[in-house]
Amino acid sequence: MRTDHQLDVQGLACPMPIVKTKKTMNTMEVGETVEVIATDAGSKADLQAWAASTGHQYIGLVEEGSVLKHYLRKCNEAEEREKTFEQTVSLEEVQNISNDSIVLDVREEVEYAFGHIKGATSIPFGELFDNMEKLDKTKTYYVICRTGTRSDLACQQLAEHGFKHVYNVLPGMTAYTGELEKTI
Amino acid sequence: MEKWTAQKVANYVIHKKQLFILDVRNQDAFADWKIDGENFEYMNIPYFDLLDGVEKLVPQLPKDKEILVVCAKEGSSVMVTEMLDEAGVKAGYLEGGMKAWSSYLEPLKVADLEKGGELYQFVRLGKGCLSYMVISEGEAAVIDAVRFADVFENFAKEKNAVIRYVFDTHLHADHISGGRLLAEKTGATYYLPPKDAEEVVFDYVPLEDATTVKIGQAKIDIQAIYSPGHTIGSTSFIIDEKYFLTGDILFIDSIGRPDLAGLAEDWVGDLRATLYNHYRQLSTDLYVLPAHFMIIEELNEDGTVGKRFGDLLAENHGLNIEDEEEFRKTVTDHLPPQPNAYTQIRHVNMGRLTPSADEQTEMEIGPNRCAVR
Repeated sequence: MRTDHQLDVQGLACPMPIVKTKKTMNTMEVGETVEVIATDAGSKADLQAWAASTGHQYIGLVEEGSVLKHYLRKCNEAEEREKTFEQTVSLEEVQNISNDSIVLDVREEVEYAFGHIKGATSIPFGELFDNMEKLDKTKTYYVICRTGTRSDLACQQLAEHGFKHVYNVLPGMTAYTGELEKTI
Repeated sequence: MEKWTAQKVANYVIHKKQLFILDVRNQDAFADWKIDGENFEYMNIPYFDLLDGVEKLVPQLPKDKEILVVCAKEGSSVMVTEMLDEAGVKAGYLEGGMKAWSSYLEPLKVADLEKGGELYQFVRLGKGCLSYMVISEGEAAVIDAVRFADVFENFAKEKNAVIRYVFDTHLHADHISGGRLLAEKTGATYYLPPKDAEEVVFDYVPLEDATTVKIGQAKIDIQAIYSPGHTIGSTSFIIDEKYFLTGDILFIDSIGRPDLAGLAEDWVGDLRATLYNHYRQLSTDLYVLPAHFMIIEELNEDGTVGKRFGDLLAENHGLNIEDEEEFRKTVTDHLPPQPNAYTQIRHVNMGRLTPSADEQTEMEIGPNRCAVR
């Protein structure tokens, strides 16, 4: 899976996996993802607890034998931007949409991989501009991310490029309790 | 910066000394189990919340108490202890962390036997497991050995005794038995109750009701009593006509739970019959020695766990539920959570799984939960 950063802490025991992850996080931009490859079994519970205590997003874990691949995303909840795009819909409304509509998931590839709404199309926000041409402007887009911030920006960008039927889905995947499709 | 051994901590627990424990594991791990001491004080701050410094922590630490920093395996506690040291706070760390604590056994003498010989109890403080060794005239028998077979082997050697017999009172579900390994290493005969051993894949000698072995020129006898309830095969022992090893059937302040093999409803009747009929025909002067303790308050002044049977008949709630239906409800409803990995542990004890040492440690993490209070 593609991530912005990679960190190999194989063979290192506690506390080093978290010490190193913290260092890497400090060099990252908000919103970027990192793959932490560890072998310390204690990292399973601790990285998740550390992420929760620091406000970063723990996306998920893939276990390959004794190798543990953790996926995290740097967050800064304090800098949460105000959402300005006016056309919004609630999560419930997205559950039963017509064939002409597309659920556009603008989270990072790894976030999408660990669970998304069935049938959703994945274009990470950072790649939306370059992929704009491929999208059909006549269709309706329900844009979703984790908390509604990235999707808000994505909606604005789409609207600026002539997309008429664009809606920001609120509050986002954090509140989604329906069935998840996974690609890991 | 002082390195504390598990043995030193055990000394503080047994002698009820004061200690301030700064546990730097994550909150879930701390909530699940910790080092219990009657006069211990605790603070839990995960090590990863201290990476930026201990300045905020320092004023919260006591000045008049010894401080011990504890983590899962040691690494994080060393880091935090170093940081405290730099901030001018004296503290020690636990060598090997909770992993070492979980494996530490404190051998304590329970009694000198009247006909010559000694009875030892091995208290595994971190897990609440109790194992036993009877020694008489150069011969020894071990009951409910935990997985650190070398501890028993070395202890017998020190006492110039040869281990002849190894017993398990039942197929354990909360910890990995060291019985088979110990028997293999010492050439001792390994006994298991056959009704618990239907699925085991190794050879053993069936431990039947009234099986009796003698050690030390036939002076000390170890007599088995079939006493089902915690498991269908659960067996108790009477040693030297006085010491009553009740396995996981009867504890000091609680009784065994019948559900760890998934057959609570079937076994509750057996448990009732064992505790209320069979056991009651025995002398009240017997001294009960269980295979577990649940809480640190069950330890006697000298650190051993045991009590006169007559006292338990009067004080143990599980022995004083007159109504059969109420008893059934008590031991089948609202049971505490099952021990960590209990199904896997049963399979290890059957010889059907052979995990590595690290995997064994992982399986045994957390407190034992074999009792109903």
